[in-house]
Amino acid sequence: MTTLNRLSIEEASRRLAAREVSSTELTEACLAEIERTDGKVGSFLEVTADLARRQAAAADARLASGDSAGPLTGVPVALKDLFITEGVRTTCASKLLVNYVPAYQGTVARRLEEAGAVLLGKLNMDEFAMGSSTENSGLAKTRNPWDLERVPGGSSGGSATTVAARQSLGSYGTDTGGSIRLPASYCGVVGLKPTYGRVSRFGVVAFASSLDQVGPFATTVRGAALLLGAVAGHDPMDSTSINAPVPNYNEGLGESIRGLRIGVPDEYFAEGIEADVEARVREALDQLKALGAELVRVRLPHAEYAVPTYYIIATAEASSNLGRYDGVRYGVRKGEQDGLRAMYGHSRNAGFGKEVKRRIMLGTYALSAGYYDAYYLKAMKVRTLIRSDFTEAFENCDIIASPTGPTTAFRFGERSGDPLKMYLSDVLTISTNLAGLPGMSLPCGFDRGGLPVGLQLIGRPLDEPTLLKVAAAFEDATDHATRLPALCEAKAHGSEDAAL
Amino acid sequence: MSAAPEWILERWEPVIGLEVHAQLRTESKLFCGCSARFGAEPNQHTCPVCTGMPGVLPVLNRRAVEFAVRAALATNCRINPVSRWDRKNYFYPDLPKAYQISQYERPYCEGGEIVVDGEDGPRHVRLTRIHMEEDAGKSIHEDGGEHSLVDLNRSSVPLLEIVSEPDIRSAAEAAAYMRKLRSILRYIEVCDGNMNEGSMRCDANVSLRPLGSDQLGTRAEIKNMNSFRAVESAINFEIARQAELLDEGGRIVQETRLWDADTGETRSMRSKEEAHDYRYFPEPDLLPLEIDAAWIAHVRESMPELPDARRERFERRYGLPPSDAAVLTASKELADYFEAALAKHDNPKGVANWVMGDIIRIANKAAVEAEPDFTDLPIAPAHLGRLVRLIDNGTISGKIAKSVFAKMVGHDEDPAAIVRREGLVQESDEGKIGEAIDGILAQHSDKVAEYRGGKDKLLGFFVGQVMKATGGKANPAVVNRLLKAKLRG
Repeated sequence: MTTLNRLSIEEASRRLAAREVSSTELTEACLAEIERTDGKVGSFLEVTADLARRQAAAADARLASGDSAGPLTGVPVALKDLFITEGVRTTCASKLLVNYVPAYQGTVARRLEEAGAVLLGKLNMDEFAMGSSTENSGLAKTRNPWDLERVPGGSSGGSATTVAARQSLGSYGTDTGGSIRLPASYCGVVGLKPTYGRVSRFGVVAFASSLDQVGPFATTVRGAALLLGAVAGHDPMDSTSINAPVPNYNEGLGESIRGLRIGVPDEYFAEGIEADVEARVREALDQLKALGAELVRVRLPHAEYAVPTYYIIATAEASSNLGRYDGVRYGVRKGEQDGLRAMYGHSRNAGFGKEVKRRIMLGTYALSAGYYDAYYLKAMKVRTLIRSDFTEAFENCDIIASPTGPTTAFRFGERSGDPLKMYLSDVLTISTNLAGLPGMSLPCGFDRGGLPVGLQLIGRPLDEPTLLKVAAAFEDATDHATRLPALCEAKAHGSEDAAL
Repeated sequence: MSAAPEWILERWEPVIGLEVHAQLRTESKLFCGCSARFGAEPNQHTCPVCTGMPGVLPVLNRRAVEFAVRAALATNCRINPVSRWDRKNYFYPDLPKAYQISQYERPYCEGGEIVVDGEDGPRHVRLTRIHMEEDAGKSIHEDGGEHSLVDLNRSSVPLLEIVSEPDIRSAAEAAAYMRKLRSILRYIEVCDGNMNEGSMRCDANVSLRPLGSDQLGTRAEIKNMNSFRAVESAINFEIARQAELLDEGGRIVQETRLWDADTGETRSMRSKEEAHDYRYFPEPDLLPLEIDAAWIAHVRESMPELPDARRERFERRYGLPPSDAAVLTASKELADYFEAALAKHDNPKGVANWVMGDIIRIANKAAVEAEPDFTDLPIAPAHLGRLVRLIDNGTISGKIAKSVFAKMVGHDEDPAAIVRREGLVQESDEGKIGEAIDGILAQHSDKVAEYRGGKDKLLGFFVGQVMKATGGKANPAVVNRLLKAKLRG
């Protein structure tokens, strides 16, 4: 049994172009599935059903007149709620911005509009993207579709669950230290963090500016490639966006990976990795070898410093980026009758959650006079060392492979009491952001509890094509991505079956 | 020009360094496309970027960098091929991002100097650095009102911060430095230099040290001086305050003090301990600023003549005395005016005298408190040139010229037309003047006798009478010559 909302993006795109299915039918299938399951999963902070229906109708009109805007025309997707969407509430899952409706359009939302995509709504996340489980959302709880008692991973939790639960064909999130790859891994979907600067950050509410990067979630590698192609490319509004041509990311997928050298870093298979996770990833490596790739042992000697380095740089930037939420121009304002200082204090105290406050304090401390050299400056130096670790490793290999996270999805509350334990969820993903490299997570099987395990691939700067090629070869040779969470298997509403 | 009292200068040497903020007059702001012009309705020149909305990013205005490079070239600064943007973090309602994008660790230029006319010849004031940064908005506190208002038109307007070494030794020298800096910035057309509109702002670091010492004393930073006069008064007050305190055996506290123009005093704003920790760090949203040799060369080509070069040219080319050349070139607009007048009548000294006298007088009169503005003078330079020509070719006397000048102010009329209409053409006919003289001498035979008896001073009386009789139109030179001849008998 197949329903329209379970189509991969490439399959939906093909059927839309062939006029075998309409965007309205696809969109209604997704909206119905959201209606059916989101009470349990909690992917969405807001479902923009009216907007989606209008956009679907417009896409159908374009397709009917042969005026397709590209492969995403009519494809229903959803956005993490830190993408600025003009006229659509953008909260960053923070009480502080609960009523913030942007008056301008961000670049990702604009490019999706131009690509003819349909926006289903805005997705839950850790507040201001700070977290690894989406438990830090100030507004809603998101559950892992594979086990509703477990976290979906974070910070782009809703982006992962909406794709895993087949509510949206695809979605976008952001990844600052693993915030796309970790939830993709926990939820058994494909998540891709491109090279820093590959996608514009204009209209992405900043957490840590030198690390934040936009990327897609999809059920398939080819779907993720289509989503990336629609938003990648230089943007004059973002000075840090890379001015390099955007390749066709779907070209060459399915080609042989024979002779490709895959680096396996000792440091990423060290203690702390769950046995089942390591077993699945080793099996995946064997599979890649069977496909003709060569496995190469590589070293990333500064890997152990990645977490502390990241938590100094990211929190320092965050402490500055979040200064603007002062209750003066937008957002929550409290205590104004008690004067300016009190207004700042009360507004920020009422608006920000515990983890956001913790990181603002950490970052403020790291930048303070007398501590700057010992913390921030040192962290920047270590960042350079981590980057050169990768440069050296890539002299001997074409991509690097590892587990995405040391464990599978954990239970609610299991790590939220111990920030350090929570921070270690990102131990294998953080270095990629510090080095600005592209990385992705793809499903590589399940642990004994039936929870998805993610295989992480890391590439050279701007070498998303190789990353996608290896991922597609792996996906084509395995069937991990075809298994659905039980939640999806429950009898769906009847109507959308008819079209097939 | 006031100076610190003698009793202070006998024991103490003032040491002063200035930090000047100059607004660059680019069309658009430093990091967004909004207009950077002054004077719009509050919050009209704003967008998501300069109001600090979530998710926005800065994009550098390259024109502002070119203006900054001009300033660096004009002050002989060393331009760093790679400089960096930093964030200066603090909370204030008129700072929408809660940080100002500035240059802290590595400014775009360093070194350089400004040459100021001192009492004992030129003084070289070294510059530590110039850096670029964005301006904050403006908070408006209503008197007795319940609210404060914020106008973000100025938010992200480009600024230069020009930091001098502590090379200045008196309040007068500080004011002269400010005037010279203003002159340079206006010459290169990067800043309009209006202190009262805030497009040029100044903070002064003032300390004293015992005469003969080469150690620096503890300094106070003076803020809120919004005119040249305020800079001078505030520094003089501060010198006296510190000298009195030190003479009483007290200690200077490192602090920030505000100048209050109403009371004529500086008062403590915050101590060093209360100083902000701005938590500077590199701005991750912008790439390092690269200024290569080709870009500098391009800017150099478009550089206008600088004040000192023009002064030298005025001396050499027009044969003007150094003091005249200095006065005329202190303002680019005045120098332009002079040269435009000169284009109509080639008598540099004659034109210079009128520009330095009557033209500066009317500009000063219009200026009241602020610095004189020579941009919109009420007499066209061509008309002034023609006026001097009318004098030089004998059409009118210098005295008549003064009244013609008065009639020219505010009216766009050729002086020759005024002279014709009012019948002011000078009378040089010896016959007619001789007749008038004969009449006067006949009327005042007693005075004639006195003159001939040796009372030479009466010549002025006779000249006056003749001028009066001819309605002021008689050519004074002819009157003088004929009078002397006739009185000699």
